[in-house]
Formats: sequence, structure tokens, C-alpha cells
Amino acid sequence: MSDNGAPLAADICVRHGNRPDTLIEILHELQDAIGYVPKETLPVIAEALNLSRAEVYGVLSFYHDFHTAPKGKHTIALCRAEACQSVGCEALARHAEQKLGVKFGETTADGAFTLKPVYCLGNCALAPAMMLDGRLYGRLDADKFDAAVKKAETQ
Amino acid sequence: MSRPVTVYVPQDASALSVGADEVAAAIAAEARKREAAVRIIRNGTRGMLWLEPLVEVQTDKGRVAYGPVEANDVAGLFEAGFLQGNDHGLGHGLTGDIPYFANQERLTFARCGLADPLDLQAYEDNGGLAGLRAALEMDPAAIVEAVTESGLRGRGGAGFPTGIKWKTALAAEADQKYICCNADEGDSGTFADRILMEGDPFTLIEGMVIAGLAVGATEGYIYLRSEYPHAIAAMKAAIGIWNEANLLPAGKGFNLCLRKGAGAYICGEESSMLDSLEGKRGVVRAKPPIPAIEGLFGKPTVVNNVISLATVPVILAKGANYYKNFGMGRSRGTLAFQLAGNVARGGLIEKAFGVTLRALVEEYGGGTLSGRPIRAMQIGGPLGSYVPAAQLDLPMDYEAFAEAGAMVGHGGIVVFDDSVDMAGQARFAMAFCAIESCGKCTPCRVGAVRGTEVIDKIIAGQNVAENVTLLEDLCEVMVDGSLCAMGGLTPMPVLSALRHFPEDFDRPPKRPAAE
Repeated sequence: MSDNGAPLAADICVRHGNRPDTLIEILHELQDAIGYVPKETLPVIAEALNLSRAEVYGVLSFYHDFHTAPKGKHTIALCRAEACQSVGCEALARHAEQKLGVKFGETTADGAFTLKPVYCLGNCALAPAMMLDGRLYGRLDADKFDAAVKKAETQ
Repeated sequence: MSRPVTVYVPQDASALSVGADEVAAAIAAEARKREAAVRIIRNGTRGMLWLEPLVEVQTDKGRVAYGPVEANDVAGLFEAGFLQGNDHGLGHGLTGDIPYFANQERLTFARCGLADPLDLQAYEDNGGLAGLRAALEMDPAAIVEAVTESGLRGRGGAGFPTGIKWKTALAAEADQKYICCNADEGDSGTFADRILMEGDPFTLIEGMVIAGLAVGATEGYIYLRSEYPHAIAAMKAAIGIWNEANLLPAGKGFNLCLRKGAGAYICGEESSMLDSLEGKRGVVRAKPPIPAIEGLFGKPTVVNNVISLATVPVILAKGANYYKNFGMGRSRGTLAFQLAGNVARGGLIEKAFGVTLRALVEEYGGGTLSGRPIRAMQIGGPLGSYVPAAQLDLPMDYEAFAEAGAMVGHGGIVVFDDSVDMAGQARFAMAFCAIESCGKCTPCRVGAVRGTEVIDKIIAGQNVAENVTLLEDLCEVMVDGSLCAMGGLTPMPVLSALRHFPEDFDRPPKRPAAE
């Protein structure tokens, strides 16, 4: 985005009445629209909400959901919490890293997939679980993982 | 065409995760092909998650269940005459007669899975709004009294009496008070909040409105975690429909707002959730003041978990005594137990307190999914104790568990088989705390990092006895010195693993591999 999202950020703030308590909502909306929260938008948001830049950055950096650089076209969130551990999610995690050729937290070289850990998707009775672009998977295994990745690739 | 047959296909996230959408589409397509009149209703889950997607057909005898159904089973189901409730390999007979379901005591989840979650008329037909109507006829103090009398305790895990919280907020003088629903269900092994919000969202709204009437709050917030997009969509839609229906008499308005979390586990702690609702970093607040006196935006605030609030309507509708008569000791009513992890029949089981762990894990759960022996269960989330198979006869009761050095918490049960490495699980507890600590207090922020390092040394076989002593010492500091349950309870899984499974910590020193 050539304008770094600053006008959009200002617009979103206005729609939220420039209320500082809506900062997290604002960051969500901005990230949903652009794919990340450009650092250039921080002064704009700070000004609009009457906060310091440090306060806005503090919030942005506190929450796992927000990131300040573009991510892959698809995001794979593989659950690595206890219920999924009990049915072998760690082996699946190694498989995912191998299949995609990245470590957790990284994006594939072609920019197609970002692999990230998540601690619970609430699908613990049908573990292991993952979410791929908002679609939840249960009773996941290596074959199902590969099929889901392949399906996303062709989209 | 004849009168359409009603077929239920859940749209609960768990059902979707194993193909419910594809099954619904296949049923619609097959019905078209066969020119069969079918009306598909997307309901919430009945809680028998291992049977998902659980397709139900409305027949003259009642609802007949089939599951787990895959899209390619659908043609065969039609062939067998499932629209008439005929037998099929996936058939379970009447849903209400399935022992897993029939033997539950469904109070909070009475309606979940019965109908389209957003059908307000069906909600009312199935007993919804009765609690609210009763509350509207009562004084605020009488509502609080009923909740206190019912014995309801915080279902989020802490087990604090809900009525006492409400009483404090009612007594507080302020121009504005708030009801905040903690829907940041971040604990592994829990999904009751999610199932309720997706399957019967009006119950939560009704509970919050009653809470507002009770303490004099006119604004409510639901803090819902971002990992639950399906629950967010359901709650948002339900709030819209509720507002449209205009159910409250003039002068008794209640404004409800949904806020999405942003992936911070600590925001399930009530004070950091309040900071997050104010748009800040989710950092824990020191107590006192308690939220009931000084909470959201500095105003008196009731912070309750989803299930606590969703249980209020049935208490008001049927009376405190009705609810209180379930349970044992000081644990009154029911708890929505959640069977998760390595378990053959995982799902939600609402039972009165007092049911044994064995009944839940073996009779309902059918043992492990892997078929191997049960070795441990983690109960009450990542901050809960690991309970060994030898304690399967413990009754699910807050006090009995506390006496055994464990906690019932929110009733989440994660089952592990004998392949689990308990030193590894203890390490994960510390590592998770290090990732998710808000950073405000040192015992949690630094303790979790040091704890991970010490367990690494134990696993590597370095001075095991000394390092175990050091770990116990560190845990004592975290328990005594942490500001909130994150640092204060992380030692629970660590020390319980150490106490019940010492053999997993007794490692020989690792030697360099031979050339």
C-alpha cells in the first residue's frame, strides 16, 4: 500500500469516535484491511486517540495477534496446547515445519504460508486442531494437514 | 411435495472442523436429486463432540441421531431411509436416549443444540426468557439473594460465590456500573463457553441483562477471544436480534457491546481483561480495589464467566432451591465438564457436582483415544494440577479437589495416556507462563523463565536432586509472590507432576554421543 495505511487508520479512528478504549478494535480493523499494522500508522492513531505513540506501540506489541510486517497469503495456526499435545501435536508440528520448510513464526519464501503456534482453539475434544485462514480443522493428522495446505494453494 | 422433513446439522465450530458444512451441502444436494422435501436447520452442538457431525432427523417418535456422518455417507443414509428415522450403521436411535446425553443434568445447557441458535422464538418456546420475566418482577436485592441462595460459584475456575460479588456491586454507589462477561476461554481443554455462545447465545445475554437489573448496571461488555471467530459471529448476530426484539420495559435499558480479544492468554484474568477492555495492554491490576467496587473505567463492575452468567436464567426461572438441590457439599448445582485430549468420547457433560472423575473419564469418555492406559489428567486448565490415574475416584467437588492438592476449576479435563512425559509437561507449564506472563510482577515474569531452565537441567540429568530442590523453592516464591493466578498457579501443574510422577524427573546424566 503506497500510503502506508495512514489515511485508512485515521478513518477507522473516526468511525470509532476517536475513543482510546477502542484501540484494540481499531488495530484489528486496520490489520484485517491491510494484513498488518504499518508502523507509519502509529502517530496517526496516537494523535486521533490523544495517546502517546509509546502507548499505542505498547498495546500493539503486547498482543500476539498484531504484527507490524506483512505475513503470508495464508496463515496456519497450529494448536500446541496440552489437549493437542496429548494426541501428538508436537509430531504434527515437526511435520508442518518440514512440509512448509519454515519454523514456527516464519513465512514461506514464496509468501504463501505463515506458520504460527496457537494455544487453544477450543476444539480440544477433537484434537489435534488447527485453523487455516479462519477455517477450523479437527482430528488433524499429517495427511489431512497436507490436503488442507494443497487446497489453500490452489485457491 | 410432501411436508418437509426437518434435518439438523450442527454449525458448532467443532462440528465444522470435521466437515459439518460439507455434510449439510451433501444432504441438500442429495435431497434435490431425490426430490425429497428436506428442511435443514443448523443447530448448536448437543455436546457429544466425538459423534460430530451429528445429524438429527425429526420424526414422529422424536429426533433420531446419526453420526459421525461424512459427506460420502449421505447417499447411503438416504438409501437406508434416514428421513423416516430408519436404522443405519451410523444410527444411534433417539438422541435423547443416547446414554451419554440421557444421563446428564442439563440446566445451563438445557437448550443448547435444540434449535437454530439465533431463533428467538424457539429460544422462548424452549424455556428462554422465563428467568428474565421473573427478574423483572423482583427487587434488585431479591435477585441478588436468589443467586446467593442458589450457591452458584464462579464457573471460570476460581469458584468465588457469584452472589457475593453481585451484592458488593449492588451496594456500591456510582453513576455508572458495568457487567463484564469474561469470554476469554483460553485454557486448553475447555470449550463450554464456546459451545454455549455458539449454540445458545441468548442465554448468555439473558443472564447479563438479569445481572444488570440486579446490581443496577445499564452497560455490559462481552470480552471474547479472537481465536473464536464462530462464537464472535454468533454472539454479534444474537445481540443484534435481541436489541431488535426490544424485550425490556421502558426505563430498564441494557446496552451490550462485544469486544474481541487479541490473542493474550492473560486477558482471561479479570483485572487484565478490564485493562484490555479499556484499550490498554492486558496488564494485571493490584487488588484491592476489587472490580465490584472499582472495575471497568474505575466504576463498580461485575466480572463473571460465560457459564456463571448463563446459569443465572435457570436459577431465576426455576428458583434458587431447584438449582441448589443439585450437587454436593459446598459445590452446588451443575458443572459443564469438558472431556478433552486423549479420550475416546470427548465432549461436554453437564452433571451435578459429586460425579467421580472415573465416571466422567471412563464411563462417558470410554478411556483413551489411543486405547493405552490413562496415566494422568490435567484438570482445570494449564494452571491446574496433573492428577494421576490412581485418583480417578475423586468426586468432582471444589473442596475435595483442593484437599487432594488439585482444582476442579472450570471442569476441563485433559486426558493423557502412558506415553506422556511428565517432565516435559512440567516444562511446558513454565514455558507457557513465560510466553503469556503480562510482565508486571517478577515472580511470574522471571520465575517462569528460570523455571523452564531448571527443568531443562533436570531433563538433561544435571545435578537432579539439587535442581529439584531449587525448582520447589522457585515454585514457592511464585505461589507466594505473584500478583495473580498466572504466576501463582503455574506451580500447580509443575509440582503435581513432580509429586505424582517423580520417576519422570529422575533422569540419568546425558552423555555425549560416542564417536
